[in-house]
Amino acid sequence: MSRLLIRGGRVIDPSQGIDATLDVLISQDTIAEVGPRLPARGTKVVDARGLVVCPGFIDIHTHLREPGQEHKETIASGTRAAAAGGFTAVCAMPNTEPVNDSEGVTRLMIEKARVEGIVRVFPIGAITRGSAGEDLAEFGDLREAGCVAVSDDGHPVADTQVMRRALEYAKAFDFVVIDHCEDPELSRETCMNEGPVSTHLGLRGEPAVGEAIMVERDVLLAELTGSRLHIAHISAAASVDAVRRGKARGVRVTAEVTPHHLFLTDEEVRESAYDTSTKMKPPLRSEADRQAAIAGLQDGSIDCIATDHAPHHVDDKRVEYDCAANGIVGLETAVPLCLDRLVGEGLLDLPRLVALLSTNPARIFDLPGGTLAPGAPADLTLLDLARSRKVDPSRFESKGRNTPFGGWILKGWPVATIVGGAVVWDDLGR
Amino acid sequence: MRFPHGNLLGIEPLDADDIKTILDTADGLKEILNRPIKKVPALRGRTVINLFYESSTRTRSSFEIAERVLSADSLSIAASTSSVSKGETLLDTARNLEAMNPDLVVIRHASAGAPHLLARHCRFAVVNAGDGAHEHPTQALLDALTLRQHKGKLEGLKVAIVGDILHSRVARSNLWLLSKMGAQVVLCGPPTVMPPGIEGIAPVTYSLEEAIEGADAIMMLRIQLERMSGSFFPTKREYFRRFGLTEERARRAKKDVLIMHPGPLNRGVEIASEVADGPYSVILDQVTNGVAIRMAVLYLLLGGSPEAAS
Repeated sequence: MSRLLIRGGRVIDPSQGIDATLDVLISQDTIAEVGPRLPARGTKVVDARGLVVCPGFIDIHTHLREPGQEHKETIASGTRAAAAGGFTAVCAMPNTEPVNDSEGVTRLMIEKARVEGIVRVFPIGAITRGSAGEDLAEFGDLREAGCVAVSDDGHPVADTQVMRRALEYAKAFDFVVIDHCEDPELSRETCMNEGPVSTHLGLRGEPAVGEAIMVERDVLLAELTGSRLHIAHISAAASVDAVRRGKARGVRVTAEVTPHHLFLTDEEVRESAYDTSTKMKPPLRSEADRQAAIAGLQDGSIDCIATDHAPHHVDDKRVEYDCAANGIVGLETAVPLCLDRLVGEGLLDLPRLVALLSTNPARIFDLPGGTLAPGAPADLTLLDLARSRKVDPSRFESKGRNTPFGGWILKGWPVATIVGGAVVWDDLGR
Repeated sequence: MRFPHGNLLGIEPLDADDIKTILDTADGLKEILNRPIKKVPALRGRTVINLFYESSTRTRSSFEIAERVLSADSLSIAASTSSVSKGETLLDTARNLEAMNPDLVVIRHASAGAPHLLARHCRFAVVNAGDGAHEHPTQALLDALTLRQHKGKLEGLKVAIVGDILHSRVARSNLWLLSKMGAQVVLCGPPTVMPPGIEGIAPVTYSLEEAIEGADAIMMLRIQLERMSGSFFPTKREYFRRFGLTEERARRAKKDVLIMHPGPLNRGVEIASEVADGPYSVILDQVTNGVAIRMAVLYLLLGGSPEAAS
């Protein structure tokens, strides 16, 4: 029987309120025991002294691009990027080609991930057929095939009646409905946040309220239907407020925020002189919005951090700003960014960050993992808080190089990723 | 004194000294245009390409004449495709041109930031001849030259910029330039075409009468008639009644007010013909000065010193 002992690390497991120097014993592919000085006899040993050991990080918002856009990313390259970034599982968004709106596509993704992937892949199905916003996809088949939630990510569900029906129908399959909130008319032909910076640059801006209007609508619909709603990549102060008020009323709403909305503002578009790696949806917002997102993490209005990892080929980005594709890669920068800029700067403590990256994502979508309780899958992320390194996009495992964080020197990096008891990636250097 | 920039991407990166250098150089070069033989060898052997992705009459012919007067070898390309439609990307086009070793490329493009993309990836000098709603620096410079010729200075002048500020690169470049040179700018137009945050840069009024009151100059902007479909304003008729410059309204300005317009005019929409063709209109002076400004910009970017121009 294969056994692995992770010895002497600072074990942080928010699901059990653990934060202490302990050993973690893995038997086969599950957690056997967490405790002090566990016997190493008959086990392989990973020396984790000086490191942090936590339940594996789960990115609930990843674009793996396969099937259909394999020149941007594949399940193989995307899961390698996830592992290198400290993630043991990713939720794959359905805006593939074809859209993941049927069990066939879902099964293909799961099978590809089993054969070629090195971390767990949980597909997210489409809300509507072709993500066209009109007719509901077959939620029952999607659930049976292995989808963990539904989303038309990349597009909002513009029609209020369709969104209401989606929320209602999802209850039969215990799906969380994830919405990409954006008023389609207010954001038409825009390419950045609307504000003094867009005025300055002469770029068409999308007002932050375009997001908040849809968040308010969705929270009200979730209240009406009693369904579970998750707000993807929240970016506006008014949206955070809408979620906060909804939670206070008992609405079953959760929200995620991306690292780029936590650490960058629309000033970056100006400072980079129209660098297209600052272009994404929702766009980088104002400093007030950024501060509201951090406050939302601190007070629990925002439940988790997700990357919105959106790899693009260089050809899609090396064009005029308004023509460039939306999105940036995030799997290999999210964890060090959060360790340096949130924990390092004292905005969040480390157990809270682990909850935002692991415990909470698992809880929101009822995923296996997110805990080191005995019997849980042996998915672990090891961190070295002392390691300092420059972000070097040329070394990314992802096929995408489109990041605004290249050259940033960050302190605190993932150093080993364990999935199902197997070390799938390590940079322990020892 | 040398011009410390390798490109002219906008007015915003310039300081007051840079602007003064360009205006002084243009003043010096302007005289050449009145000679019987309008040609000097200043840029002999230099190659300039005018790459126009948007149609243009004034700006393009103005650059072409400036290039010929200075003896540069130049050619103009009217490119109608952008990288989203079929055809090669902007950068591929630029790289192909780069392989022919031009010294400078003048670019007009519908996308804000397109000149910056070229400047980042190519060796040649770049002059922005208008990028989306971002900047049109040579227009602001020729406007400033016109103002300075008539008023003797820019500092302290009250200038009203009237019309569709939101979509106007001319408004932005003029706003930066006039502010840097110490003029007082007031912006006027329907609230729907006032970009967010602009009131933090210059005062805004929705009353044309108020904007014009005591003005030394009024810059009217062209109204794009297709804006009506975007609910920016209801009708041409209402626009002219509220924001059109008529003789009667112009009387509120200073007696020696200058009426300016970057062209092309929409007579009877933003400006009445009586005003456009009237005694205070300097619209055609602007065009003449455009050639001098473009001569100065090309000359300074291609290595001429300001002293040698006069």
